[in-house]
Parts: sequence; C-alpha cells; structure tokens
Amino acid sequence: MGGDSFLLEMHGIAKRFGATHALRDVSLAARAGEVVALIGENGAGKSTLMKVLSGAHRPDAGTMHLDGKPYHPTGPHEARAAGVAMIYQELNLAPDLSVEDNIMLGQELHTVGLVRQRAQRERVARALALLGHPELRPQARTGDLSVGAQQLVEIARALVFEARVIVFDEPTSSLGHRDVQHLFAVVEKLKRSGRAIIYISHFLEEIRTVADAYAVLRDGQTVGHGCLADATDAQIVTLMVGRSIDDLFPSVAHAPGEPVLALEGLSGRKMPHNVTLTLRRGEVLGLAGLVGSGRSELLRSIFGLESVRSGEVRVAGARFTPRPRAAIRAGLGMLSEDRKGEGLAQDRSIEDNISLSYLRPYTRWGWLNRRWRARSMAGLMRSMEIKARSPEQPVRELSGGNQQKVAIARLVHQNADVLLLDEPTRSIDVGTKAMIYRMLGQWAAEGKAIVFVSSYLPELLAMCDRIAVMHRGRLRDVRPRDQWTDETVMACAVGAESE
Amino acid sequence: MKRSSGEEAASDVRGTWRAVSGALGPLVALGLVFAFFAAADYATSGESRFVGARNLRTIAVQTSTVAIAALGMVVIIISGGIDLSAGTALALAATVLAWCLREGYGPVAAVAACIGAGLATGFINGALVSLLRVVPFIITLGTMRAYVGIAKLVGEETTVRPLPNQIPDWLSMLVATRPEPEWLVLPVGVWLVLGLSAALAAVLRWSVFGRWVFAVGSSEATARLCGVNVPLVKVAVYTLSGFFVGMAGIYQFARLTSGNPTSGSGLELNIIAAVVIGGASLNGGRGTVLGTIAGAAMMGLINNGCTLLGVSSPAQDIIVGVIIVVAAALDQWRQRRLSN
Repeated sequence: MGGDSFLLEMHGIAKRFGATHALRDVSLAARAGEVVALIGENGAGKSTLMKVLSGAHRPDAGTMHLDGKPYHPTGPHEARAAGVAMIYQELNLAPDLSVEDNIMLGQELHTVGLVRQRAQRERVARALALLGHPELRPQARTGDLSVGAQQLVEIARALVFEARVIVFDEPTSSLGHRDVQHLFAVVEKLKRSGRAIIYISHFLEEIRTVADAYAVLRDGQTVGHGCLADATDAQIVTLMVGRSIDDLFPSVAHAPGEPVLALEGLSGRKMPHNVTLTLRRGEVLGLAGLVGSGRSELLRSIFGLESVRSGEVRVAGARFTPRPRAAIRAGLGMLSEDRKGEGLAQDRSIEDNISLSYLRPYTRWGWLNRRWRARSMAGLMRSMEIKARSPEQPVRELSGGNQQKVAIARLVHQNADVLLLDEPTRSIDVGTKAMIYRMLGQWAAEGKAIVFVSSYLPELLAMCDRIAVMHRGRLRDVRPRDQWTDETVMACAVGAESE
Repeated sequence: MKRSSGEEAASDVRGTWRAVSGALGPLVALGLVFAFFAAADYATSGESRFVGARNLRTIAVQTSTVAIAALGMVVIIISGGIDLSAGTALALAATVLAWCLREGYGPVAAVAACIGAGLATGFINGALVSLLRVVPFIITLGTMRAYVGIAKLVGEETTVRPLPNQIPDWLSMLVATRPEPEWLVLPVGVWLVLGLSAALAAVLRWSVFGRWVFAVGSSEATARLCGVNVPLVKVAVYTLSGFFVGMAGIYQFARLTSGNPTSGSGLELNIIAAVVIGGASLNGGRGTVLGTIAGAAMMGLINNGCTLLGVSSPAQDIIVGVIIVVAAALDQWRQRRLSN
C-alpha cells in the first residue's frame, strides 16, 4: 500500500474530553474510488472520529492528509470547502423549503445577494442526474418526500459542492428495503466517479454489499482493518466486541400457550386495513414488511396511539377501547421506533423515563415517594445493564444502546404481558442486540407474548415462532417460521404473487 | 447488593440539592444585583436606604403580585405552554373582587369570587389549548383581549371603587409593609407568597402530577406513550395557574384598593420575564419555583433600586430588558456546556 495513493489519511488521531479518552490512536485511510466501512459498537468513537474529520472537533494529536496535503479543518465550513461531506443519520433538512433550496442552502450562487436561479437549477439538476434520480422534482416541498428521497437531497447537497470524501453515518437505519437498494446503487455511482466513501454501519451484510475495505474501532482505537473479502463475519464481530459472540441469537425454550391478544378486523384511519390476528402467551410473532407497509400503524392502533376506525382489540378475552392508558392497564407495552422523538423524553432522567408509565407502586394520595422509586430503579438498571452515572442522569447523555435499554426497562417495569416492539434493535450496538434477543426468549418462556417488528430479516427468521408479513396496510400472510425463507418473506412483502 | 438507607438518604439529598442548584444561577444573579444597588446607594447618598429593613419589606410587598402570578406561569412554561392572558386575567379577578365588595356581598364571598374568576380564566385557556390544538401563544393572545373585555363589562368600563369601610382590614394587611404582629419579621402577604411557593415546589417535585407536567413539557409524545392523559394534564396546569392568577388579583386589589379592568395589561410580560430570568426554558421541561421567585425579586430590586438612585423610568425599562436577554443567553451557554 503506497501511502501517497490515499485520498484521505488520518493517522494517530487522539481526542480527550476531560478525563475520558474518546479516541486514543486511530488511523483511517481511503483511496479514491473506494468504499471503506467504519465498524464499531456505539461508543467506540466513530462519531467523534467523524467530528474530527468534519472539523467539528480538533484532535489533540495525530495528522490528517487530504490528497497528500495536510488537512486541519477548524470548522465544518472549512471541511466542506476542502471537499469533505457528511451525510448524517438524522437528516438536516428544512422541511418547508423546496428540494432545490435545501440542496443549495448555505452555498447559494449569488451576485451581490441576488440568487442566480438558473445557475442553481443547473447545478441541482446535474447533481440529481449523477445520483441517477433525475425524477426528483427540484421544486417539490422537501417535507413531502419519503425518507429515502430526503436522503438523496442530502447527498445531492454534498455533490453540489464537489465533495471528494463523503461520509455516510448509518444511512440505512431509517430506510425501507427498496430505498436501501437505491442507496446502494447511489453509493456505487459515487464510488465509480472517483470519490472516497466512508460508510458507517452496524449491519455486516450491508457492509459486504457496498464496501471494499473495513476498519474496526473499539474503545477509541483502530483494532483492525483490511480488505473485506479477506475477513469473515465472525472475525469482524470478534474485533468489534473484543470477544467472540457465537450465539448472537440464543434460543430459550418456550412453548405457546393460550391466546392473549386477539385482533378482529382492526382498521385504522389509513392503515392498517382489516387485520385479524391472534397471539398466544409464550409466542414471539415477527412482523415483516417494507417501511410504510403499516407495521408501525398496526402496533400503534392496538395501543391506541392512532385512531381505530373499526374492528376490535381483545386482551385476555376482554375487549377494550385502544387508548394508551387503558392499554397499559390491560398489560400491553409498546416500544416506539422513534426513540428520540417519542420513545424517551430526552431531557428527563433515566428514572423518570422508566417509571413514567407506572408510578402507582411509589404513590400514595398522588404523592411520589422518590426514595422507594430510586431503590427500585437502581435494581432495574443493574439487571438491565444500563450504564450510567446515576439514575438521575438525563437520557440524552446515554449511548443509543443504553437509551434503548431504558426504553425496554420501562416495559419490564410496568409488567407488560404483551410486548409490542417496533424496531427494537435499530441502530444499537451488537452487545445490546444480543441482550434484546436473549430477553425475547426469556419473556416468551415467562409466558409473555411478543410482537416483534423488524426490517432486518435474519433476526426475524432466527427469533420468531411465527412471522406475519404486511403489505399496503393488510396482513398478507402469517406462517410458522420454518415455512418462510428470506426470499418468500421478501416476495410477500413487495406484493409478488405467492406460489 | 443492598444499599443502606443512609446511602439512600444521601442520594435523596443529592437529588434535592441538584434541584436547588438548577436555580443557582438566578440566585447568584439576585445576590449580585442586590450587592450592586446596596453599594451604589451607599456611594451616592452616604447612607444605606436600600438595604434598610423597611425598604426591603416594601420591595417584597411590591413584588408579591408578579411573584404569585409567576408561580402559575412557571408551571405552564414547564409544561411547554405560555400564558399571555395572565395579566388581564389578573385584572379581571381584581375587578370582580372590587365589584363584589361594592355590591355588598361581603369580603369572604368577594375573595372566593376573585379566585373563582382566576380559576375560570385558567380553565378556559387550558380547555381551548387542549380541545382546539392551537398553540397556546395564539389561544392566550386571544383570551388576553377577551378577558380585558369581560373585566370592562364587569366594571362598566370604569374603575370599580368599593367604599373604604367595605374593604376588610385583613385584606389591606396583605400588602401592609409593616409586619403585624411585629415578630413575623416579614409582612403577612409575603409569608403567604413564600408558603404558596413551598407548596408548589413540593407538588412539582414530589407529586405524580409534577412528574406528568415535566414529562409533557419535555416530550408530549413520550408522555402519551406512557399513558399520561396529555389534554387533561394541560387543562389542570392552566387551571392551577388560574388559581395563582386569582391570588395575584387579590394582591393587586389590595394595593390599588380598587378594581381597574385595564390595570393588568402588560403585566403578563413582567410575569413571563420573572420565570425566564429564573432559568425556565420556553421549550418546556425545565424551570424551578426557587428560580422564579428569584427572578421576580430581581425585577423588584431593580425597579426599587433605580428609583432610589434617581434613574429615569426609560433607563429602568432598558435595564430590565437587557437583564432578560442576558439571563436567557447565560442560561443557553450553561446548558450547552452541561450537555457537552
């Protein structure tokens, strides 16, 4: 490997925040026309590294070179000017502006303050054409677009200012299957146009599809890198967690018992449409389908977060009107897919977040006994392995995996009998994922019933007793797990005729 | 692993201390403002008129009206709302009180009607915010005007003046600067403010309702997911604030000894300012009673101090304006540093 053939080189990067070493000795290099996957658990230092690269943080030590020249950005603006672009997990778009205005935002072409409309339009059209999506209308309101299309807008933004190094931070975490395929095609195009891509992701099979090389980060250090073709999944996972995980999908013996949740022709305002389904105690039911197929809407209707137009929900034989409060009383627990916006009140403490749905045990005449609560929370935090300074720490300061544990701890705490889990393993580290898989089995063994929504087929096929597939708001098919394969689930989800 | 109860008590104390330290910024600022005026007063006049017990009692009494109304406002602001109608609702309550006295309904009924009027204005605000799902800023912008109108109807477009013998002594005592009896140190009305503050602080920290208010303010969606009846909490929050508005109406009447339907216009901005100077976030989810009281006291000190020093009224306005902006900016800066 000739060092000078790299477009981007980071060497010996270190960064400290107070007493914590976020980065110790990190090296990362990418050639033009190469996709490098940056892999690591949450908290391994990926975000900090990327903030160093984009100029948001200045490194304490180490060197960076761009195209062989020293590169020391003092702020995001300089990084941008040097040709380094970031595509963040959360999109940074103004929903009320048009696609074109969003793409050109902050880099408007102007003559003494007047926008040069035509020149802008040309640039935008060129960028969208390069992405292979000339159909995206520059005048459309950005907020009306799908998440996948919004992501394209963000990428187009990078192309307009001629970025040569593009960083994708977990770009597929909010995309449906089809959008993911489109994104892969876009990454491929960018790569062939001679750009260097750094691709951050948790998903190994996704990395294998798009990336050429990999670098693994653990505890702020580069613990391994090389050509992807030369490494096995097991090797990479071992590097990530520092120990080998042979049983990512542990199986706990459990047997379905009597029915506990019954849906009878449940229809929402738009979705779901006429869903009839029975769930038994001790059963894990997978809910597959594309994003937008109505999986989330089905869960939300059952829990009363979205209005039900017709049909009924029975829990343990008793009919109830879906409203969150009634649902919780009836023993339902819901994990939101939107951890930031809905699942957790980010500014509130861990203990507030866990206990909010079930304060009754610590309450007398409307007064809360904080000491009882603190005692119970401390125990729960320990058994859920939530890493935090104290139960009073705001949830915002926790890593994604720990936040998810807090959200799940809430369901455990309220003694939910029927768990509605919407994308419980999305954008969390492998360790927490393994823990969630283990808990699924344990809950089932305890006689709880679980509905498990996921866009990641391997985990559904590994963990569920039955899998239901949704398509355009309808429940298309429900079968025991052994009657499904990757291909048949996907065919069903995209609406292909079944055999 | 079992934690000893001593350790638990320690963690409880820590938690309480953290809650207090949230208001530390406003308290320190209050101290600075106090020290500044004390020094400036001594330097210009050679005597200490400002720090004298009589002057401080006067400040406390003058601040009471805004401080009580700010207690209600801080709850609304923590829940993520705002109430622009607080000032005019307060005047409405005071006008109702004056009217009842003048018409000879007796002081007890009059005070009850005053608090009732406050509760009603709050309830209407809360119900409209919850039912119509229009942002509270707009709703209360509307009710602000409506309440002036209703107050004018009650007062027949003029100030309602009950006869002096219709105003009971205990009502005037509320705003008397001399404590009665002497051993109380502070005037009765000020003690009442402090008592209500302590009660509200306890509700916010130790009641289930308090947890709900904070949850709704920091994330409505999360509160809903957790089974909190968000519309009901909002109605309760605005109604509770209405109670404090009614109480503030009593103080307003006691000071003016009349009910002026338009005497509350603009007061809402002082009330909101006290809460904001006290470190609450207009985004909701954050705010303390202690900070709010400090904020109200600070504005009282500034007004009084400036008058003593002979600072003109325009200059006073500018100073208060600057302090609001500086307080908000400092708080932002502190929050950013904390979150890093």
